[in-house]
Amino acid sequence: MLAGRILRSLSGLAATAVVGGLCAATLVRLAPGFDVDEREFDSRLNDASRHAIHESRSGERNLGRFYVHYLAGIVRGDFGVSHSLRRPVRELLAERSPVTLRLVAWGLAFGWTLGSGLAIAAWRIRAVDLLSGVLFAVLLSVPAAVLGLAVLFAGAGRSLAIGLVVLPKVFTYTRSLIAKASASPHVVLARAKGAGEVRILAWHIGPALAPELFSLAGISISLAFGAAIPMEAVCDIPGLGQLAWQAALGRDLPVLVILSLLLTVITMLANGVADTVTDRLGMESGA
Amino acid sequence: MRSIALALLGLVFAAALIPQAWAPASYQTQFRDSPNAPPSARFPLGTDDLGRDRLSRLIYGTRVSLLLSVAAAFLATLIAAIAGAAAAWLGGWWDRMFLTATDLSLALPWLFLLLTVRATLPLDVAPTTSIFVTFALLGLVGSAGPARVVRAGARSLRSADFALQGRACGTPGLRLLIVHLLPNLKPVLVSQFLLSIPLFILSEANLGLLGLGVAEPMPSWGNLIRDLESYSAVAANPWMIAPAVLLVMVVIALQVAVRTQELTV
Repeated sequence: MLAGRILRSLSGLAATAVVGGLCAATLVRLAPGFDVDEREFDSRLNDASRHAIHESRSGERNLGRFYVHYLAGIVRGDFGVSHSLRRPVRELLAERSPVTLRLVAWGLAFGWTLGSGLAIAAWRIRAVDLLSGVLFAVLLSVPAAVLGLAVLFAGAGRSLAIGLVVLPKVFTYTRSLIAKASASPHVVLARAKGAGEVRILAWHIGPALAPELFSLAGISISLAFGAAIPMEAVCDIPGLGQLAWQAALGRDLPVLVILSLLLTVITMLANGVADTVTDRLGMESGA
Repeated sequence: MRSIALALLGLVFAAALIPQAWAPASYQTQFRDSPNAPPSARFPLGTDDLGRDRLSRLIYGTRVSLLLSVAAAFLATLIAAIAGAAAAWLGGWWDRMFLTATDLSLALPWLFLLLTVRATLPLDVAPTTSIFVTFALLGLVGSAGPARVVRAGARSLRSADFALQGRACGTPGLRLLIVHLLPNLKPVLVSQFLLSIPLFILSEANLGLLGLGVAEPMPSWGNLIRDLESYSAVAANPWMIAPAVLLVMVVIALQVAVRTQELTV
């Protein structure tokens, strides 16, 4: 049953990723000025050279043919060549993925550790609840790019900015889940029987929250990748976010398509794993 | 708390609606004898490197960002209402197509989706065109989330007593949808509209900072905040952070007002 579910999720994931990539390719292909290469404006080139440059992109004019060739290339491990950076996309991804993954991983670790820790503290200490509420209302109102600039100017670690985007969401959601769970009958009964607060949290509230926290974990991964784009662009971090921004400005079709595919797969995989774990935990707890 | 938030919003919206009444100068007037001037009685927030009055640009920029966000939220809610209600009402393939399209849209990070779609549109457009492009883009791309919420609401209403009775009486589907279903979705639509406004303000700011928002010389919070990219300039002229402070205050006020409104809905 679980294997069937995983298989269905994976086929859905593959289909959505392919359609997502096709949509990105269609949008970029239909954009005005798509087939214009800035090298064509170089006054030193003669007509033959300009014609050769123009023809070098002829394979991309037929969208269907481009996409079929492109998908076949991906299967072979060939992701095409970036027009704006004039380098194989595979090389660019290999260089930049670790930077973004490190940034996102540290940001998520920071956001989740502090967010869930503060949510637990706020559950018992009123002052922490009030202060965190005010602080995170402000953080939620600051554009991600401005947070990135603030962290850059403060000389702090860049992943702190990603953490600051994730942190308020984790805190707010976890705090409300704890409040809801602590009012449920089994927790009230445990408290009436004299169980300590740590035991109540670890044995009664924690397991009840696990499924919903896994769902939030899936969403926060997408959130962190989204925040990485402005962060890397304004802080000049050579990661996938900066690559996405440069590709968007340069209408770099191969880069945009592969990034759409990659981000769709990462987001859907994270949400799929979170959903499967949530279902398993829900079944085990008899919910 | 809510009354303070509403008072602030009222003040900012009033300033935004008639900027000519408050702004000391036009947003594009260049005082060439006073570039990079510090705050003074003549220029309360100083001037930028082209000698343009920062306060005037902030007031005009507030109009662009606020009205653009409200208009984009309206567009997103309108699209969400039509698409979500139609998908729930028609069911079958329409519903499945709707779900696939919104899944796809929601699978990608919001800002990446905005960047990709914005990149497909001309980048060197006239300032007024760039306002329209940004507004349409936010409204269109931002409608996926609200549409899913509207669909869920419409599906539950589809099997409600009044809908069943309407069908039994032979009321045509379109009339049922427009006259009976949509008015019952009003609370959902209002809350989605209100929740979208701060989201779009923040998105416009991010797009502006990345150089993909409203084009110069037209000011908006996004392109005014772009001045913050230079640390040395900000350190020497701390009043340059005024647009960011105003943006944060307005978004907090909107969140306070919306949360209270949501509780009453």
